[in-house]
Amino acid sequence: MSKRIEVNDLNVYYSNFLAVEGVSIVIEPRTVTAFIGPSGCGKSTFIRTLNRMHEVIPGARVEGEVLIDGNNLYGPGVDPVLVRRQVGMVFQRPNPFPTMSIQDNVLAGLKLNNRRMSKTDADDLTEKALRGANLWNEVKDRLARPGSGLSGGQQQRLCIARAIAVEPDVILMDEPCSALDPISTLAIEDLIEEMKSEYTIVIVTHNMQQASRVSDRTAFFNIAGTGKPGKLIEYDDTTTIFSNPSVQATEDYVSGRFG
Amino acid sequence: MTTVAATTIKARQRPGDRIFSSATLIAGSLILAVLAAVAIFLLVESLPAFVADPAEFSGDTTNFWSYVGPLIFGTIYAAILALIMAVPVAIGIALFISHFAPRRLAQGLGYLIDLLAAVPSVVFGLWGIGVLAPLVQPFYTNLVDWFGWFAPFAGPVSGTGRTIFTVAIVLAVMILPIITAICREIFLQTPLLHEEAALALGATRWEMIRMAVLPFGLPGIISASMLGLGRALGETMAVAMVLSPSREVIFQLLTSQNSNTIASNIALNFPEANGVGVNILLATGLMLFVVTLIVNMLARAIINSRKAFSGAN
Repeated sequence: MSKRIEVNDLNVYYSNFLAVEGVSIVIEPRTVTAFIGPSGCGKSTFIRTLNRMHEVIPGARVEGEVLIDGNNLYGPGVDPVLVRRQVGMVFQRPNPFPTMSIQDNVLAGLKLNNRRMSKTDADDLTEKALRGANLWNEVKDRLARPGSGLSGGQQQRLCIARAIAVEPDVILMDEPCSALDPISTLAIEDLIEEMKSEYTIVIVTHNMQQASRVSDRTAFFNIAGTGKPGKLIEYDDTTTIFSNPSVQATEDYVSGRFG
Repeated sequence: MTTVAATTIKARQRPGDRIFSSATLIAGSLILAVLAAVAIFLLVESLPAFVADPAEFSGDTTNFWSYVGPLIFGTIYAAILALIMAVPVAIGIALFISHFAPRRLAQGLGYLIDLLAAVPSVVFGLWGIGVLAPLVQPFYTNLVDWFGWFAPFAGPVSGTGRTIFTVAIVLAVMILPIITAICREIFLQTPLLHEEAALALGATRWEMIRMAVLPFGLPGIISASMLGLGRALGETMAVAMVLSPSREVIFQLLTSQNSNTIASNIALNFPEANGVGVNILLATGLMLFVVTLIVNMLARAIINSRKAFSGAN
């Protein structure tokens, strides 16, 4: 289930604009890794390269390699569609499909893989995924209702349920709590803690407290100025990054001197 | 505790707000007034037709209902056929423009489609007679030869190609631009958020369209189809020019005997009509009005029944 991610000297472009330069990083399985850094430093751009969602934007491209358990995502003949089935993603704003019921939302990814599913299998998988996302007790009586009727925090957990229903190897979260209230944020953070035992989790966050609460390892990204590419400045255990970073910029950022 | 006299707090009325709200009220009332005026005119003028002397009806019909029946059938038949042909093509073009074509090509194609909407229906009628009918006639012959056992394709085949099927094709071409234009706008409004959600789950482009774009656009597709259907139901010139009508309910698509449509029947017979004859034609117009109304109400009901899942909340 859980897999190791290794990125070697990755450059990320939007057309001719180099957005992220020279990132090399190793993410161990069953860990939570947080990407922090000021706005525009390329952390969201970079996380989207880990499941090839970056190239959805016209003109966007990547140089370098991303290995998941040794297989290069950007190797010749690799189908981005299959990559995305292995590497799930949760977005900044909750985005359940408004035209689908709660249950259909959970099963959306599964239905792409195998069209035929018995009713009992579907129900079991729905329950498993929703329990995995700590949402089952809240929605079990209204599975046929539209997913858009839930609160923001519930919608985001529905999106997590949708992502884990396909049993991916890695789950990427791009600022999953930035549109949520503190209580819902806490629910998601607890969930991340539980999910760590099964998945490799990568989370982008603006919130340094959140990074220190949920992650084992933290990567700090920064840019030299507008128009310059973002770079990975420092990558270490979360406690080290927040207590005793080796780079001055990291210390300035985590201590609140800029950003 | 003493009860406090309930005073309603009035919001301050600003002149700009008042002018604007009156203007919208007038505009809203105006459309109702116009609609009412047309409906009343049709109703009043139609009344004599319902009690008309059997001799007033041409052909072998003796009362209004047996006169208008085949016309209603022909109208709906041709319009539905046109819709069946136009909607899938329109959705295809709209998807191509909104999700597949490179931006520059998409723009050009969009203009071209809008241009098609500007062609007058007389021209479509001429095109139907002069180009389309002779072009499709050999295909009709083949269809009748091979699939004659299937009732709608039964013979004898029309020698000119001027059949209700040709009419339906002409109508389909006429309603294509409006349906395409609306579908394109709707598809472009699919939230990027939902498209990315589908792609991130490992959907292919087509699966993403089926998961996010089409369900989100469904109410819009239905509305667009209804607009197209409305135009097809009411279209006069193109039908009147292409069709050689008869006065029966005829399911066969490819024979020279074809049910006429209401609008075309009015156009063909109005110049010679007098007395109660005019009332009879106006009464058929009333029926067209009623049919269009029912179709639109059905479409509204369909859209409303799925409201919770529309994505609007």
